[in-house]
Amino acid sequence: MTILNAILQGIFLGAFYAVLACGLSIMFGVMRIINLAHGDVAVLGAYIVLVIVDRTGVSAFVAFLIALPVMVVLGYALHFSVLERSLRAGILTPLLATFGLSIVIQNLLQLAFSPDVHSLGGSAGAVTTSSWQVTGGLSVSALGVLVLVTAVVVFGALQLLLSNTRLGWMMRATAEDADAAELVGINSRAVYASATALAVVIAALGGLFLGIRSVFDPVSGPTQLIFAFEAVVIGGMGSLWGTLLGGIALGIAQTLGAQIHPQFAVLAGHLLFLAVLVARFGGARVVLRTAR
Amino acid sequence: MTLLAVEKLDCRYGLLQAVRGVSFEVGQGETVALIGANGAGKTTLLRAIAGAHRPHGGRVLMDGADINSMPAHRRVSRGIALVPEGRRLFGGLTVMENLRVAASRRPGRWSVDSVLEVFPMLQPRRRALAANLSGGEQQAVAIGRALMSNPRLLLLDEVSLGLAPVVVDAVYRSLSGIIGEGATVVLVEQDLTRALEVAGRVICLLEGRVVLEGRAASLDRDRVVSAYFGLKRPA
Amino acid sequence: MKVERWTRTSRVFTGGLAVSVVILAAVPLIFDPDVVQKLTTLLILVLLAAMWNALAGYGGLLSVGQQAFIGMGAYATVFFANLGVPPYAAMLVATVVAGAISVPISLFALRLRAAQFAIGMWVIAEVASIVVRLDQNLGAGTGISLIQLNQYEPNFRQAYTFWLALGFAVIFLAALFLLLRSPLGVSLQAIRDDEDAARSIGVRVASRKRLLFVLAAFGCSAAGVLVVANTLFIEPGSVFSVQWSAYMIFMVLVGGLGTFEGPILGAILLFAIQATFTQGGPWYLVGLGATAAVFALALPRGLWGTVEERLGLRLMPVGYRVVGAKREETDG
Repeated sequence: MTILNAILQGIFLGAFYAVLACGLSIMFGVMRIINLAHGDVAVLGAYIVLVIVDRTGVSAFVAFLIALPVMVVLGYALHFSVLERSLRAGILTPLLATFGLSIVIQNLLQLAFSPDVHSLGGSAGAVTTSSWQVTGGLSVSALGVLVLVTAVVVFGALQLLLSNTRLGWMMRATAEDADAAELVGINSRAVYASATALAVVIAALGGLFLGIRSVFDPVSGPTQLIFAFEAVVIGGMGSLWGTLLGGIALGIAQTLGAQIHPQFAVLAGHLLFLAVLVARFGGARVVLRTAR
Repeated sequence: MTLLAVEKLDCRYGLLQAVRGVSFEVGQGETVALIGANGAGKTTLLRAIAGAHRPHGGRVLMDGADINSMPAHRRVSRGIALVPEGRRLFGGLTVMENLRVAASRRPGRWSVDSVLEVFPMLQPRRRALAANLSGGEQQAVAIGRALMSNPRLLLLDEVSLGLAPVVVDAVYRSLSGIIGEGATVVLVEQDLTRALEVAGRVICLLEGRVVLEGRAASLDRDRVVSAYFGLKRPA
Repeated sequence: MKVERWTRTSRVFTGGLAVSVVILAAVPLIFDPDVVQKLTTLLILVLLAAMWNALAGYGGLLSVGQQAFIGMGAYATVFFANLGVPPYAAMLVATVVAGAISVPISLFALRLRAAQFAIGMWVIAEVASIVVRLDQNLGAGTGISLIQLNQYEPNFRQAYTFWLALGFAVIFLAALFLLLRSPLGVSLQAIRDDEDAARSIGVRVASRKRLLFVLAAFGCSAAGVLVVANTLFIEPGSVFSVQWSAYMIFMVLVGGLGTFEGPILGAILLFAIQATFTQGGPWYLVGLGATAAVFALALPRGLWGTVEERLGLRLMPVGYRVVGAKREETDG
């Protein structure tokens, strides 16, 4: 029963990772870049929600809705200030530039909010405390269900966007061949920028869940980035639904690892990620060939 | 009336100069064929007109207005559409999506339905991924995709390349229908006979320069061939 | 027209560098231990910058996980010292052992591209950090001291550590220098300029990259060894911190990615900045991060690369230059 419960909690945890990873997956899918500041953007989102909650007293969910337009603006600003330039400059530049940005965001947050930890759990209402006891060892938390349902809705909505709307077609066309997309009248710059804005908004949703589920501080970002990236890679880079499954696989690995020893949780996730990389890139084959 | 004017256009790839001081005009309703050997600069010239290649010098004018600094997607809304070399379809999108993503706000006769009417072979393939189409079907989608923006100037780059002769015939039948309706077309074609048939006027490029220009009907084939290969004209 | 490696400037500079190594070797005899300790830190930074540049600047491999080797080098030192190996011998053994771990890692890590490699290495560093935290004998999460060094008098200890740092810096920089000048160096620069083109003319890209990866791992392990020797105490939270990568990226980007001299300049700059802003703090890190991002976007060749480009100046003869050839107008 504890194993079953661990798997269930792993699915809930993994749905959270999938939400975090979603934006990373969109940006990689459309622009072939990984934003190393993605985790910090999520944490920034959590702080913006926190500020709105503190100022107005609304619930964290309402505050998130208020924060949405801010995140859209931040997304466009991120794109036109950093990403657009770096896209034109080879494959290492986006990584270097966003790594620098990551350090900037973390330390600006330190300056604005002190290094103390914060949580949005207190302002999210009953959802954080409610749960259903299915049987003795199996409990379903309302928050876990909420995150899972949200993740499925987010990925489903993205699927609809990509396959049924003009913006979706433009994103897919630009991702395949930006030059040809321009020739059929698609403004590839604008498409890239809206992909970034979308990624930032979903990252903020991940930040909201991070804040409600647990605590965050100005340097929480890099850990979130690693988990998000692991989810993307485990699910197969560039595959949308793969990212959801990858997140869930990562979540389950972590909760099962925690069954062995609390410190094994994160380790188990890392090892799953590395194992997937080894399996996918034929590391095993190389080892054999070298040994011969 | 002049629709497109190219003035002293220079195009370079690094140190390689592909187009050197090319000037010509295309009037409303005209069909102009650009001919020349491989590497003569035809593709580069079309890409520069469409905005996909930034010229090093010279100007491109549409309706007398300088569009040099205009990005490719805005030229599409001005009415320029290029069917690029190698077709460049979005392979992960279906035929319908390839067409729809290219629809513009410009009013005109072209829509998904009218494109499918001109290229009936695409009817049963509407939901197929572009990557899974045959060469002829892909070329039809590429032309249809360009038409979706209701262009006033259609640029066609080697539409017959890699296609079976029968398929080329079918593509050109559809094209002559479109041309017959009064569209303005600049096309690059390797097949000289085909080019002389379709075009009203022929411009021959050699090593990036215009070496011969004239009405298709008034040019004799030998002169075109010698210009094409850069042979000295008999004295 | 002739091809030459050595210019007058590079001869003078390389000679000057050799002389300055000799002068540096005398530092512990003249200065206070705390000055010696600071200069040891500078040498560690130079070593780290040169190694990160070897990876990214010549191999096109952007790692944000070199702290894996820094941490493993540091912890291996403590591990071997605790086994009873004399501390300075333990440092040499630790460098070799931690560096050698890069060989199995390279078998799969080098197959990863851009972000996969960058974050994959980061995850490896995180794994190493967690493993250390699980081991009570290595102080778990709270850290551990290299108590065996207390057997030396502080002045001597600091001097020995400094000489070790100087030795490591000279060995690894010389190794990189010779590597870049060897026939291998030409293929490395070809890879840096255009990996696909290099592969198409038959350069064995994978084995060349492995060479750089292993060299950088040994260099970073040596730096980790020096960190524990210089500070006497390590904890997994800081020695495996991604902050090391931030410093390396800053030094190399500001100094000049893919130049031999640039990272040394970058290390001196970072050292000067750290000496000025002794309080550290968020603003200082905001500055470092923003500077790195701006250099990546606007000045990708860094300070040294830009100077080199503008003035044709080259202090270390790692490349070739063509003299007396007329610049022909390439046309057609």
